Amino acid sequence: MTRKTEEQILKIIEKNSRLSNQEIAVMLDLEVSTVTSIIEKLETEKIISGYHTLVNWEKVSDDEVSAVIELKVNPQRGLGFDKIAERVYQYPEVDAVYLMSGAYDLLVEMRKAPMKEIAAFVSSRLSTIEEVQATATHFILKRYKDHGLVLVDDEKDKRMVVTP
Amino acid sequence: MRDPLNKKVETIKPSGIRRFFEIASEIPGVISLGVGEPDFDTPWLVREEGMYTLQKGYTYYTANAGLMALREEISRYLSRRCQLSYNPNEEILVTVGGSEAIDLALRAMLDPGDEVIVPEPSYVSYVPCVSLADGVAVTIDLQERYNFRLQKEELEAVITSKTKVLILSYPNNPTGAVMEKEDLQAIADLVIAHDLYVISDEIYSELSYHHQHISIATLHGMRDRTIVINGFSKGFAMTGWRLGYAVGPQKIIQAMTKIHQFAIMAAPTTSQYAGIVALRDCDCQVDEMRESYNQRRRYLMSRVKELGIPCFEPFGAFYIFPNISEFELTSEAFATQLVQEEKVAVVPGSAFGESGEGYVRISYAYSIEELKEAFNRIENFILRLRK
Repeated sequence: MTRKTEEQILKIIEKNSRLSNQEIAVMLDLEVSTVTSIIEKLETEKIISGYHTLVNWEKVSDDEVSAVIELKVNPQRGLGFDKIAERVYQYPEVDAVYLMSGAYDLLVEMRKAPMKEIAAFVSSRLSTIEEVQATATHFILKRYKDHGLVLVDDEKDKRMVVTP
Repeated sequence: MRDPLNKKVETIKPSGIRRFFEIASEIPGVISLGVGEPDFDTPWLVREEGMYTLQKGYTYYTANAGLMALREEISRYLSRRCQLSYNPNEEILVTVGGSEAIDLALRAMLDPGDEVIVPEPSYVSYVPCVSLADGVAVTIDLQERYNFRLQKEELEAVITSKTKVLILSYPNNPTGAVMEKEDLQAIADLVIAHDLYVISDEIYSELSYHHQHISIATLHGMRDRTIVINGFSKGFAMTGWRLGYAVGPQKIIQAMTKIHQFAIMAAPTTSQYAGIVALRDCDCQVDEMRESYNQRRRYLMSRVKELGIPCFEPFGAFYIFPNISEFELTSEAFATQLVQEEKVAVVPGSAFGESGEGYVRISYAYSIEELKEAFNRIENFILRLRK
């Protein structure tokens, strides 16, 4: 029961983290204290890793871009990919780093910045790491959907006002 | 010039929902809690199947009773979800929404003067369809104190020698009421004792929050006297596809198919292909929608409770049916003032029969954020009325 409840709470706040514990309790037919303690536990366990806001930066500024960069690397003996990943993710410009299966090893997501800055970062920071064999930079042209939310159309209710 | 109209049609009253729609739809910025359909788009894989079959050119008539593959899928689905067993060959008819099936069942079963019992508040089409089929509708005013469940005594009181059919509709629109197995058993005993038939409209069967839905046709002796009507509109969020079905004893289904064949021909082909995918591959999406509705249901119940408005707890469909009699307004006046002053549309209970007077139907097929805003406005309205 607890596992299922935890998942239900996570699903709800993943979509809308601004609901109060009181409201979540009502929605799931639980005591407020139960919701509070479950959320605290999930925070302690870092299952809830933060409460962020999904910002559509494209509506804020036109001259900044985002990019993802594929890195092919030679893993270091005894340390594997983790050490190289750490050298990459320490940079504040880097938003996300994933180890991938397939044609390349690390996928790096860059924070929104002017294109020049991203180019400079890739050429002078990433490609100079000695284990990095090759990079491929892909600029994001348009963000259609992010975190499960469609960003491109302002969806209106398509239903009539009153129906039987 | 001669009167062009049929007398029966002329005497049918226009739906109260229509009238209220005209008021509400002209108000700009209205938040509507007035719809009887899901807010979810049809699951993507269902829509994609519709597009794929269109591209492939599957655009021809199907068999009158519907694609065999769809009828087989309906048969499997009903046995999996409702413990019902029907033969796709002779006991299943695919219709243009559940609404067509209601009309067909009545037309196939009624002779002039036969009485049909319609418990109210109810979906708006039963009584007019009975009249159009030359039957006589006999209504029962369901009571809030029984959670709008049909009581054996209420039924027994209106049965006459002319009674032929009982229309049951649970989970119910507009009240959200459900019937548990023992409630159904009491009704079934009477139906059998008086040799009646049941048209059981189970269109909301997927949206039952307490227990899994139980069909009256599963009770002993009822399969031979029940037409079960169901469809894709509510559970699968497919209202605009106009796809439903009726299952029941071969004799009745074949008679319904005869009328359907001459009046309609066949349900839309694209919708039928899409329907196969809905029944076969969408359990997950249906579960998720049901869970969302249930969360919203609890949220709304807590809001009406906070406001001190009496409202029995509904366990089905996506409506609550609060009692607004304390305000001493007709439900139509209440709803009209609410939409004019606070721009929130709810449907007057009187649109669902006289026994709906004193109630309004509030739909929770809306996001929590919309419900929150709408209820903040309703709260303002009610505090003003109470002053």
